[in-house]
Amino acid sequence: MNALAAGLRMCLSCRTVCQADAAGRESVRCPRCGAAVHPRKADSLARTWAYLIAAAIMYIPANLLPVMRTSSLFGTSEDTIISGVAYFWASGSPGLAILIFTVSVVIPMAKMGALACLATWARRPSGMDAHALGRLHSGVELVGRWSMLDVFVVALMAGMVQFKSLATVEAGPGAAAFGAVVVLSMLAANSFDPRLLWDNHGRPDDAR
Amino acid sequence: MTSVAEAGLAACPECDELHIRRVLHPGERARCARCGTTLYRRPRRRPDQMLAIVTAALIAFVLANTFPILVLRAQGIVNEATLLGSVAALWSAGQEPVAAMVFVTAWLFPVFDLLAMFLLLLAIQTGSRPALFAPLLRTLQAMRPWGMIEVLMLGVLVSLIKLSKMADVLPGVALYAFIALTVLLAVILSYDLRALWQPDQQRTAEA
Ligand SMILES: [Zn+2]
Ligand SMILES: [Zn+2]
Repeated sequence: MNALAAGLRMCLSCRTVCQADAAGRESVRCPRCGAAVHPRKADSLARTWAYLIAAAIMYIPANLLPVMRTSSLFGTSEDTIISGVAYFWASGSPGLAILIFTVSVVIPMAKMGALACLATWARRPSGMDAHALGRLHSGVELVGRWSMLDVFVVALMAGMVQFKSLATVEAGPGAAAFGAVVVLSMLAANSFDPRLLWDNHGRPDDAR
Repeated sequence: MTSVAEAGLAACPECDELHIRRVLHPGERARCARCGTTLYRRPRRRPDQMLAIVTAALIAFVLANTFPILVLRAQGIVNEATLLGSVAALWSAGQEPVAAMVFVTAWLFPVFDLLAMFLLLLAIQTGSRPALFAPLLRTLQAMRPWGMIEVLMLGVLVSLIKLSKMADVLPGVALYAFIALTVLLAVILSYDLRALWQPDQQRTAEA
């Protein structure tokens, strides 16, 4: 039996199981920690979509604009995320190229795609198994943060390589856009309520 | 408001299935019977042990931010960089959004996490429950996903490799402090914060 059907609500902050409001109001205050407790996250799907669409829009400048500008005696060069990966690949660090490609390209794309699927399937039956969807959701929450890697690398390089006339590294506008993609997609994953998947896809005999 | 029956219940955060709470042994976790998600854990370490780990992490944090992470040498010029120095350089170069993101995720939230943990554990240790306890613990819980020290650590290693192609790079004192901090934070983050809500239960179960 789920908590909602039993007239109970779980506080997402401290996980106390609270009694639903006797007057029939949507949210109650958690007696232990004081957080507002909703039966399901408020406007979960609308918020997920809003953050997700914003992230997808920012993903375009994040990939087209340079994330890093290197000036040296030999001139100025600009790197986008992809050209940075290509540079590592060509300069004999395939391991690093694969790492950066995974966290900067594969993870954000997979995360946005997975969230779009989850937000679609949460509302209508898809023939998908709630167990598989639930695992997809936990995976998405786990890996998203690692996409911040390239932003940190650019920030550290820009902070360190300041040799006035000799060589300087600057962060490009792509870095800010990419950081925004990571933040927005984390907000999207945060707004999504996985319990919606089970409300629509779970069967009562799902216990194993 | 909470009756005895509800205090003995746990609901799954992924699928909302209701379970009856059980007393666990240290290090044990309870999983949802329906979807397998972890419902609650009994921390392996006692609050006083955690307090020692948090204190060590705070010291590592101070060291990691006072000394240079990397020392760069090119054509006789030496450049030293700290994390906050990098943030300041980004800010003054007109990259305020990137500077703010790095500052918040790699400095502000981790330091808040450590200080909040320190105060909460201290309160539990002394058996007091100041008025700020609940709001602080709630804020800490909400901010946790946004602290990204372990991602920064990987970023430091990647920049080390990247820079070694352009100049002579020497690891600074702060690099070792960062490694220690990352390990200590991994231990701290694996501590289930929700156990802090019911320290009494923990104490009686230990007795
Ligand atoms: Zn609560
Ligand atoms: Zn479950």
